[in-house]
Amino acid sequence: MKTSVMLGTLALAGLAGAAQAATLDDVKARGTLNCGVNPGLTGFAAPDASGTWQGFDVDLCRAIAAAALGDPAKVNYIPLSGETRFTALAAGEVDVLARNSTWTFSRDTDLKLDFPAVNYYDGQGFLAPRALGVASAKELDGATVCIQTGTTTELNLADFFRVNNITYEPVPIANDAEGRQQYLAGACDVYTTDASGLASVRATFETPDDHVILPEIISKEPLGPAVRHGDTEWADIVRWTFYALVTAEELGITAANVAEMAAAPTENPEINRLLGTEDEYGTMAGLDQQWAVRVVQAGGNYGEIFERNLGESTSIGLARGLNALWTQGGLMYAPPFR
Amino acid sequence: MSEIHAETVAFARDTMMPPAPPPRRETGAVRWMRENLFSGPLNIILTILAAWLLWLALRDLLPWAWRGIWQAGSASECRAIRDQLYGEGVPAACWAVVRARWRQLLFGFYPADGLWRPLLALGLFLVAVLPVLFSGAPRRLLWLSAAAPFVIVWLLWGGSLWGPVAAALGFVVGWAIWAAVARRGNAGLALLLGLGAALAWWFLLARPVAAGLASVAPLALVPVESRAFGGFTLSLVIGLAGICLSLPLGVLLALARRSELFFISKVAVAYIEVIRGVPLIVWLLVAQVVLNYFLPRGTNFDILLRVIIMVTLFSSAYIAEVIRGGLAALPSGQYEAADALGLGYWQATRLIVLPQALKISIPGIVNSFIGLFKDTTLVSIISLFDPMRISSTIRATTEWGGIYWELYVFVALVFFAFCFAMSRYSIWLERRLERSHR
Repeated sequence: MKTSVMLGTLALAGLAGAAQAATLDDVKARGTLNCGVNPGLTGFAAPDASGTWQGFDVDLCRAIAAAALGDPAKVNYIPLSGETRFTALAAGEVDVLARNSTWTFSRDTDLKLDFPAVNYYDGQGFLAPRALGVASAKELDGATVCIQTGTTTELNLADFFRVNNITYEPVPIANDAEGRQQYLAGACDVYTTDASGLASVRATFETPDDHVILPEIISKEPLGPAVRHGDTEWADIVRWTFYALVTAEELGITAANVAEMAAAPTENPEINRLLGTEDEYGTMAGLDQQWAVRVVQAGGNYGEIFERNLGESTSIGLARGLNALWTQGGLMYAPPFR
Repeated sequence: MSEIHAETVAFARDTMMPPAPPPRRETGAVRWMRENLFSGPLNIILTILAAWLLWLALRDLLPWAWRGIWQAGSASECRAIRDQLYGEGVPAACWAVVRARWRQLLFGFYPADGLWRPLLALGLFLVAVLPVLFSGAPRRLLWLSAAAPFVIVWLLWGGSLWGPVAAALGFVVGWAIWAAVARRGNAGLALLLGLGAALAWWFLLARPVAAGLASVAPLALVPVESRAFGGFTLSLVIGLAGICLSLPLGVLLALARRSELFFISKVAVAYIEVIRGVPLIVWLLVAQVVLNYFLPRGTNFDILLRVIIMVTLFSSAYIAEVIRGGLAALPSGQYEAADALGLGYWQATRLIVLPQALKISIPGIVNSFIGLFKDTTLVSIISLFDPMRISSTIRATTEWGGIYWELYVFVALVFFAFCFAMSRYSIWLERRLERSHR
């Protein structure tokens, strides 16, 4: 009986996969975007006191809803744990997963996901107490390390220590909050996760100056939104919504001036194509002409979103670094709207 | 009368002497302490050891809680206020987080202007279970108990009043047909027709009737999605629904397992063993993820409903085993006496077997219920916002990052209050039903 149930599951899973072709139509019919987010990661996604979701990933959900549905507020935020996020996406419970997930080879191929864009270039680092007297991660021989299970960081850690021929003892933790607690309680010598996470963790400490983020960044963590394999139209919408945000920053389009710029064709033809005052780029993607205007209105361009949620004015205080525009030495490079 | 004793008896008391107060060391607190705390060398050592441990535990906790800061906008503000009041590094709780976020801890993301709805639903639930829990309550309340599930669903999820009313009418229709046919004497046919009529009502007529009534009298509350449920509202909805539904299901399963009908007893055994043999977390993941593969695309099978069903099925297997223990504890003389009286299976079960078996099982049943209620926190694994998940989400905001114990203490206290109440009720009920060992 078990085998037949398994076969039935597989057959149905195949059917469901084949049937889930037109996500955009589903989203439009439903009237809301189901967006998978982190149930709580400082700066990336967390509900405020009134229950409104806020954060860097949340703003991407809002932008996609603005593009596809015309209203950034029409998002169902579906919080997903690290273990269930990809299954929930594959099962169709969410339309897009904006949950600081690293784009890797096996997730792209084996898990049948598509990562249409990278919205944050991160890398794994180490947080250590200043009192430990460690200046480099290579001096961590024999250290106990707090590490989140089910993430790429777990694998990177093993690789790093193996390459450098030193040993460590992992202390597995379930989430970021537990990690801070264990680290502060002294259950581990160092805490490792993405450098952005370490910065936000350190910001909540009572004495942040007693802790240092070690200089080594031991991995590449391109974090980005993920969609199901096989629906390229929907992947296009997610991809170009994000690139519209980046292009808007490059072209100086902000939440404040976008309405004015979209009112009439400007001198710059790329702005005109993006904002729909010239040619018909929206219809090519299955959207309307004003889509990019709404995307920028939803929460500003990429730079504005970064500054509001993670930037130096917030308590997390991250510098743009790799996430600066290519014109400013970063990696944010949007293909042309042409 | 002789005069012999006239001199020897100089004085004869003709009233009772008032009782003298007992020696001071034989009364009140002194005696209690001597008897209970210092009755022997071992006891003295244990008492001192316990007092020392208690002092160790409370020495830091109580001042920390007492110094607590209630007015602050963020964790860092809390620390600044603490430094000002008590000096740097002095442990002091930051209760301001509970003050700022108690709504989310209790109600999740339920709309702020509708918080009276879960509260009223809880109140209604408590009134509705009164006649079930306390035999002294007026019997007329049972009508309220029958209507309560539908009203509570309406209060919690909102929408048109007529949906739940139409659903309730299905039961009325089924019951009416069953009663009408059963009076003619054919019990099996009556059950079949009643069930058929109820199903026909639900699938064919309920929707149009509800729509019709709604167009005549549009009584509706603002609909609230299941995703908005969180905190203790979520725990209580899942826990109480699971408790109320799993008890009857558990009784049926226990009876089925002891049934002499081969097929029925084997099905019950298989069900109980399969459900008990797999962890609750796995069943919850099945509810969240795997069911989506089986259901046709686009069906919106409410996640909370899925969880309630899974929790009920899971808990009923445990309840069934507890009740089976009660059934096994009944002396066979009770069954034989019932047979000798000429009672049928259902009559014997209802009048003789179950009342005694359930009474024996009370501690076990309440034990399972308390476990079930606390297990509702496991739903955080499928990303529902139970109190623990809410507290880690609160910690993920920039304001309250790094706050742990205050939230844990709050969640623990609320859970304790509910579980303690259940436990006290069970003790009270056991005392009241105690018959044989007096």
